[in-house]
Amino acid sequence: MSIRRSIVAIAAATLMSSSPLAAKTLVFCSEGSPENFYPGVNTTGTSFDANSQIYSRIVDFERGETTVIPGLAEKWDISADGTVYTFHLRHGVKWQSNANFKPTRDFNADDIMFSIERQWKPDHPYYKVTSSNHSYFNDMGLPKLLKSVEKVDDYTVKITLNQPEAPFLSDLAMEYAGIQSKEYADAMLKAGTPEKIDQEPVGTGPYMLVQYQKDAIIRYKAFPDFYRGKAKIDDLIFAITPDASVRWAKLQRGECQVMPYPNPADLPAMRKDPNITVLEQPGLNIGYLAYNTTKKPFDDVRVRKAVNMAINKKAIIDAVFLSTGVAAKNPIPPTMWSYNDDIKDDPYDPEAAKKLLAEAGYPGGFSTDLWAMPVQRPYNPNARRIAELMQADLAKVGVKAEIKSYEWGEYRKRAQAGEHQMAQLGWTGDNGDPDNFLNTLLGCAASKNNGSNIAKWCYQPFEDLVQKAKHISDQNERTKLYREAQVIFKEQAPWFTIAHSVQLKPVRKEVVDFKLSPFGRHTFYGVDIK
Amino acid sequence: MLRFLLTRVSLLVPTFIGISLLVFVLVRLIPGDPIETMAGERGIDQAVHERLRHEYGFDRPLLVQYGLYLSRLAHGDLGRSIVTQKPVLTEFAELFPATVELSLCAILFALCIGIPAGIIAAVRRNSVFDHGVMALSLTGYSMPIFWWGLLLILLFSVQLGWTPVSGRIAVLYFIQPKTGFLLVDSLLAGDTAAFRSALSHLVLPAIVLGTVPLAVISRMTRSAMLEVLGEDYIRTARAKGLSNFRVIAIHAFRNALIPVVTVIGLQVGALFTGAILTETIFSWPGVGKWLIEGIGRRDYPVLQGGTLLIGAIIMTVNLLVDVTYGIINPRIRRAR
Repeated sequence: MSIRRSIVAIAAATLMSSSPLAAKTLVFCSEGSPENFYPGVNTTGTSFDANSQIYSRIVDFERGETTVIPGLAEKWDISADGTVYTFHLRHGVKWQSNANFKPTRDFNADDIMFSIERQWKPDHPYYKVTSSNHSYFNDMGLPKLLKSVEKVDDYTVKITLNQPEAPFLSDLAMEYAGIQSKEYADAMLKAGTPEKIDQEPVGTGPYMLVQYQKDAIIRYKAFPDFYRGKAKIDDLIFAITPDASVRWAKLQRGECQVMPYPNPADLPAMRKDPNITVLEQPGLNIGYLAYNTTKKPFDDVRVRKAVNMAINKKAIIDAVFLSTGVAAKNPIPPTMWSYNDDIKDDPYDPEAAKKLLAEAGYPGGFSTDLWAMPVQRPYNPNARRIAELMQADLAKVGVKAEIKSYEWGEYRKRAQAGEHQMAQLGWTGDNGDPDNFLNTLLGCAASKNNGSNIAKWCYQPFEDLVQKAKHISDQNERTKLYREAQVIFKEQAPWFTIAHSVQLKPVRKEVVDFKLSPFGRHTFYGVDIK
Repeated sequence: MLRFLLTRVSLLVPTFIGISLLVFVLVRLIPGDPIETMAGERGIDQAVHERLRHEYGFDRPLLVQYGLYLSRLAHGDLGRSIVTQKPVLTEFAELFPATVELSLCAILFALCIGIPAGIIAAVRRNSVFDHGVMALSLTGYSMPIFWWGLLLILLFSVQLGWTPVSGRIAVLYFIQPKTGFLLVDSLLAGDTAAFRSALSHLVLPAIVLGTVPLAVISRMTRSAMLEVLGEDYIRTARAKGLSNFRVIAIHAFRNALIPVVTVIGLQVGALFTGAILTETIFSWPGVGKWLIEGIGRRDYPVLQGGTLLIGAIIMTVNLLVDVTYGIINPRIRRAR
C-alpha cells in the first residue's frame, strides 16, 4: 500500500513539475534604455522595441515582413480617388491596467482620435506633454497630408487626405502610430499628472509593463486579454546590456536568449557554438556615396559612371563590412518589394573608367572632396575606412580625392545643403515602402531646400515614375513603375551604391519561431521557448 | 577646529560656482546641438528645429541661459532631461545608489588588500614580496579598465562559470527598490537568495573598479611606511623594547596614514571616472553610464546637473578628508 502511495505521490509531483502552467520566461539582452514609453516622440529603435510590446496600431506589419495587415482596424475601405480611408475597428479590444488606472471601457474610435490629434494639433492638451517633437509623424509628412480625422461612430473612423498617398497604410503601421487610451489620458490630465501616460504606459498590445529600471531592466507580463490571444511567453524581460561582447557572454551563459547587434569579431565563435543559431537577413537599408550632380565635374553622367567603375566595391565589403554586408546595386534593399534584380551593377574596371573620364574631358583626372561620416551607422560600420579605400582606388584613375569630415549633426546639415562634391551617407527604411527610399532620397522635392536628396539629383523621367507610383494604390502597377525607376537610376548614377548591411541575430536554440523584422525591430509576440 | 571647518566650507561656494560655469560652457562647446542629434539621417525641418530651440531656451544669449540656470539651481531645480523629460535630480537619485554601492565595494576591496600589502612590502623592503607587490600594482595601475573587465568576464563568468556576466542581480529576482542599495533592499525584503545574487553580481565590477585605487593605495602605503619607519621615534620605540607589531601598527602606521588618507580621498574622483567605463562593461545602472549617454545625446541638463552633483560629492568627500586629516594629526589643525 505504501509503495502504491509513493508511486502516486511521485507521479503527482512529476505532473506538477511538468505542468503546462509553469511560467515561460524569455530574456532579451537589449542594447540600451528607451527614451520613454510614448512611441509618438521616440526616435530610436531601442525605444520602439520597448514600446512595440505594449501598444497596438490601427494596422500592423505581418511578422517578419513589410506587408500591411489588419490591426486594431479589422478592415478598411479606400475611396476611388485614394484620399478617403474608412477604418472599421475591432470590437471587444481590452485595455491593460496599472496602479494608476483601471479602464471602464473597451478600445474605441475616441482612442484613435486622441492618438492622432495628440501628434497633429498644437492646441491639443497633450501635444506638448513629454515632448512636442513628434518626429516620425512630421517626417512621414502627415501634418500636411491629413485633411481631417473624423469619428463616424464608436467603431468607425474616417481619415481624409489632401492628396492620394499610396504608402499611407504603411505609415500607420509604424511604431510611432501606437494607440494610447483616451480614458487614461483624461484621468491623468484631471489628476494633474499627464506625463504619467508616457511613463507608466497602458496599451492594448501583447505585453504589459511591470517594471522599468533605467539602464537595468524592463519587465513585461503577457496581457491575458490581448485581442489576438495571450502571448506564449509569460514573462518577457529586457536585460539592458550596452556592450556587444558582454551581450555575447550572457547569451553563451544562457543569461539571455536573444541578443541584437553582435560584434562582427564574435561571429565566427557564435556560428561554432552548438547552442546558438545566428539568424541573418539583408537589412532594410542602404549605404551610398552621393555625387553632387549640381557641381562640376559630377554634373556629367560620364564622370559619375567612371567613378562608379573606378571603385572596387568587393574590396570595401570584404575589408570593412566583413560578413555583415552585401554589395548594393540598387537604391533599395533586396528584401523590399519591387527590387529589380535584373539590373547589372557597374563593373570594377579602372581602364574603362579612365577612358570614360577622358571622354568627359578629364584625361588627367581631377580633384574632389570625399566626405566620410564621423560616426558608425547601421548601414556603414566605418565611413572613414571606406573613404580611404575609395581614395586609393580613385588615385589609380587620376582622381585626387581629399577626405573631409565634420561632427555628425553638422555633417548631415552641410551635406543636405549640398556643400560637398562626393559624400557618404545612407538610410534605414521606415515603412517598407519603396517610396520611402526612391522619393525620400532621390525625388526632386528632396533635392531642394536642404532636403535629404544629397545628390541634388532631380531627373524628370525618374521623378515622373516615382510620383505616379506614389499616387496609385495597385501594388502590381507600382512595382512596374519602381522597377523602371531603378533602371533609370542605374543609367544616371547619382550614387555609388556601397552595401546593404546584414541584420544578424544570435538566438539560443531553445527559442522557437523568432522572426527577423525587416525594420530591425524586436517583437516577441508569436515567439515561444522550449 | 571650527575656524578650520568654516574656512574649508567657505571655499566650497566659489568652487561650486566655478564648476557650474565650466560645465555649462564645456557642454556647449561639444559640436552639434541636442535637437540635431536626435534627428538621425533625415535631419529636422528648420521651422521645427527653431521652435524646439525656443522651447528649450537654446535661442537665448548664453549669458541669459547661464543666469536662468543659476537661478533655477538656487531653487534646487536642475532641469529636465531633453531625452526622457524626467527631472535630472530624479534620474540621478534613481541611479546614484548603484554607483555608490559599487564604489564602496571597490574601495573596500582596495583598502582591504592595498593597505596590508603596502605595509608588508615596506616592512620587508627589497624582498620578493615587495618587488611582487610593486610590479603588480604598476600593472594594475596601467591596466585599461575595459580590457581588464572583459578579461575577467571571459575567465570567471564564461569559462569557469563562477560569477554572473553583468547586471546588478539575476533577472529571476524582483526586488522593489526602497533605498536603491540592492544589498540592503534584498535584506529588507528578507530574500537571502536575492542578497547572494546581488553580492555575486558585485564581485567582478568591484574588482575592476577597485584595481587602480588598490594599486595607488598599496604604493602610497608602502612609501609612507618606509618614510616613517626611518624616523627617530620608531627607533626609540624599538629601543624601548616594544613588540614589532606594536611598533608597526601603532607608531608607524598611524603616522603613515596621513598621505594614505589623502590618496583615498582623491580616489573618490578616480572611482567616478572609472565607474563610467566599469558601469558600461558590466551593464551597471549607475550615473557613469547615464553621463556617457548624456554626452552622446548632447543632453545638456543631464550633463550639467550630473557633473555638478558629482562635483559637489567629490568636494564634500575632500572636505571630510581634510577634517579627518586634522583629527589624525592635530599639528595640521593648529597650523591652520
